[in-house]
Amino acid sequence: MSVVIPHIYEPRQDTGLTNAKLGIWLFLASEVMLFGGLFSAYVILRINNPLWQTWASILSVPLATFNTFLLITSSITVVLGWASLILKKDFKRYRFYMILTLLCGIGFMVVKYFEYTAKFHHGLFPSSNPFMAVYFTLTGLHGLHVLGGMAVLAYYCWPGSYLWKTNPVWFTQRVECAGLFWHLVDLVWIFLFPTLYLM
Amino acid sequence: MSEAHHAELPFWRRYIFSTDHKVIGIQYGLTGLFWLLFGFCLMMIMRWSLAFPDQPLPVVGKLLGWILGEGAVPGGVILPELYNSFGAMHGTIMVFMGVVPLAVGAFGNFILPLQIGAVDMAFPKINMVSYWSLFVGSVIMALSFFVPGGAASSGWTSYPPLSDIATTGQTWWLFGMVFLITSSLLGSINFIVTTINLRAKGLSFFRLPFFVWAQFVTAFLLLLAFPPLESAAVMQLMDRLAGTSFFLPSGMVVSGEPLAVSGGGNPILWQHLFWFLAHPEVYVLILPGMGIVAEVIANNTRKPLYGYRAMVYSLVFLGFMSFVVWAHHMFMTGMGTTMSAFFQTTTMIISIPSVVIVTCLLLSLWGGSIRFNAPMLFAVGFLPMFSIGGLTGLPLGLSVPDLHFHDTLYVIGHFHYVVAPGTLFALFAGIYYWFPKATGRHLSDRLGKIHFWGSLTFMNGVFFPMFIQGLAGMNRRLYDGGASYADPVAVVDSGFYSHVVTTIDLNLMMSVSAWLMGIFQLVFIFNFIWSLKKGKRVKDDNPWNATTLEWLAPSPPPHGNFTIEPVVYREAYEYSVPGAGKDFSPQFEKG
Amino acid sequence: MTQDLEHVEEHIRACIVVFLSLLVLTGLTVWASYLEVPAPAAITIALCIAATKGTMVGLYFMHLISEKKLIYFALGMTVFFFLGLILLPVLGVHDIIRLLITKSY
Repeated sequence: MSVVIPHIYEPRQDTGLTNAKLGIWLFLASEVMLFGGLFSAYVILRINNPLWQTWASILSVPLATFNTFLLITSSITVVLGWASLILKKDFKRYRFYMILTLLCGIGFMVVKYFEYTAKFHHGLFPSSNPFMAVYFTLTGLHGLHVLGGMAVLAYYCWPGSYLWKTNPVWFTQRVECAGLFWHLVDLVWIFLFPTLYLM
Repeated sequence: MSEAHHAELPFWRRYIFSTDHKVIGIQYGLTGLFWLLFGFCLMMIMRWSLAFPDQPLPVVGKLLGWILGEGAVPGGVILPELYNSFGAMHGTIMVFMGVVPLAVGAFGNFILPLQIGAVDMAFPKINMVSYWSLFVGSVIMALSFFVPGGAASSGWTSYPPLSDIATTGQTWWLFGMVFLITSSLLGSINFIVTTINLRAKGLSFFRLPFFVWAQFVTAFLLLLAFPPLESAAVMQLMDRLAGTSFFLPSGMVVSGEPLAVSGGGNPILWQHLFWFLAHPEVYVLILPGMGIVAEVIANNTRKPLYGYRAMVYSLVFLGFMSFVVWAHHMFMTGMGTTMSAFFQTTTMIISIPSVVIVTCLLLSLWGGSIRFNAPMLFAVGFLPMFSIGGLTGLPLGLSVPDLHFHDTLYVIGHFHYVVAPGTLFALFAGIYYWFPKATGRHLSDRLGKIHFWGSLTFMNGVFFPMFIQGLAGMNRRLYDGGASYADPVAVVDSGFYSHVVTTIDLNLMMSVSAWLMGIFQLVFIFNFIWSLKKGKRVKDDNPWNATTLEWLAPSPPPHGNFTIEPVVYREAYEYSVPGAGKDFSPQFEKG
Repeated sequence: MTQDLEHVEEHIRACIVVFLSLLVLTGLTVWASYLEVPAPAAITIALCIAATKGTMVGLYFMHLISEKKLIYFALGMTVFFFLGLILLPVLGVHDIIRLLITKSY
């Protein structure tokens, strides 16, 4: 009997889900808990700390707002990229939108680079105070997730794109799952931004 | 791929980097058993220090000095620093590299797809990565014994500030944990998707064997509870490597010198994040065991399980509640009375589903046609042993008695009862029960019974006196087993300690029990290795005349598991159905 | 099939509306952060706006509005435990509940 795993790209009837769809949502749930641990640290370290806002005031709101716009834009381009595959079956159009997404991601990381180096230049490091510790760790871990997401999206643009020719339905679903991860990265930032920069 | 195609793969892809859940299950099993033995050896050495503090350990002491260097074990004497490090690593290894890989990784991976009629796990490649992640984490933990300062020595709980300023071994521990956590996270996703999406035709949720339900709930615990510990490990790594003060309070002084850090951190933050995982983790340790016991009891009483539905609902409720009881490990951290009341209440509530499950298992014995083979002995032995463990947890979960019991030997006795003669007995039951499925041969039943009686006797010999010592107030993690309580010079008011000093002598009896327990594990090891080649062959694919789906597959199952597509026609434990031709009606048989 | 495609087209239109709303809400939350309000109010406003943005990303970009029940179940549990992880330790720091009950603040 051959070992073909069922429901890889055909949803199971009673659950309505493919394995990957369920799997990626479970993974996202665990990521929510991961950032939850860090947000919990933020809350506990901030409570009754009168110096917190002084420490936080050195952050640049305009830069982070720009970064927020970048990530939100990258999310819509991911959706439009996926739509190109499912509605128009147009691989080139999908790739165009993915490149836009990657550019947004690169832009985000470039801004982050400038933010970090500016801090170091001013002698501010994670060890400087609890706010900087939380700031670097939270944005650092988020940044790693941005890089990871970009790697996956780039993979499906180029090396992984062969699957579009052999099994377009499966390929589209994989792109959808990668997109879900990317949206989570955006979602985390939506909470990170006000928490670190605005409150 | 088909069995033929699979046979064409080179050896390293069939047996080393395999994606077949059965091979991975065996890899997890051998790894888990190895680390259980290793952790057991650490304990046997620790018990020498407890019974004969500051005295040279014959033979083994010299060997240790040769392996770890004379500095760690001068003249064969176990230094307090080494004892601490062995204590921390014993806990870490037993929990994360012994029990979980065996209970979840081995049994879960091998049995779950078979019991639901699947050809493999939903994500075979991720399954493989999850095993190798465990392997890398284990190697890191093993190597940590050899770094300057030795392995981690701040307890398996790694509380800061001590863990923040501890030697290099602690950093290795943190990196090791990251790999171990990743392994569990990947595995849990696999288990949940497999159980939901790959069930055979006719296998609805309430026809699932209890073992599958147990693994399913366990997977949710691992999925949602581990990540906060991962983030805490990242923060501790930041404290240790980047000089942050997540857990270091302001004004900390070490050896007379103020620490050159920013301060402003909170050690209790670590405790919250650690216990947020570690409490569900203890349910991860016990639930697969309960699942195994249910299978073995149903099979060996030739009766359906009593209260299957109640057991399933209890299991789910238990899993849910396990996320909101964690601070009962933290009653002594200065939390307010209202917070304390909340966690005491939830802790008392969570004892109810455990009692329901154990009671149902006990009632399942009533009126049964009981076969007392080796797996059944372990499964039945589990019931009173786990109950002692569970009952002794109750005063710990109430903050007033916990004032007295916290950090004493009582706690150690409590948790060892649930894990050692609790989970470990269940795992042994599972090994004796499913060895024929995995290998096509039986383990020797006679040797199994010897293994059981020896283990049962000496488990109680080691752990029961801990309650006595703990009640008398003996602190945990003392390298000398409390001998300094009797020191007339060190102790100012020996009257205060007059009760606890009477319990110091129990240490010798406990240590001897531990060493004798070790001898009986040799019986098991011999049995295991010998039976692989010389064990009695099974008479057919279903030697225990069991009802669940894994017994439809050949023993051992080929790549792809089943020779015909499994279809499920009835519930999981239809034993002794009135009017049926035989005393068991398998799920996979029509009519 | 055409029904599916229409559904996807509608979904894309909704996503574009969401995208524009997110831009507006981002501007709003930055603007609101400069208002002179006491800290608890400022935090509440910021979190409410963030929650609104997050919900929109979840429902539309991540297509949760038409997802299956099992996913809702898994996510519901996650949200519950997430809130527990954030809020329960806080309530222990200064015994806020007792302070509220005994009015000793």
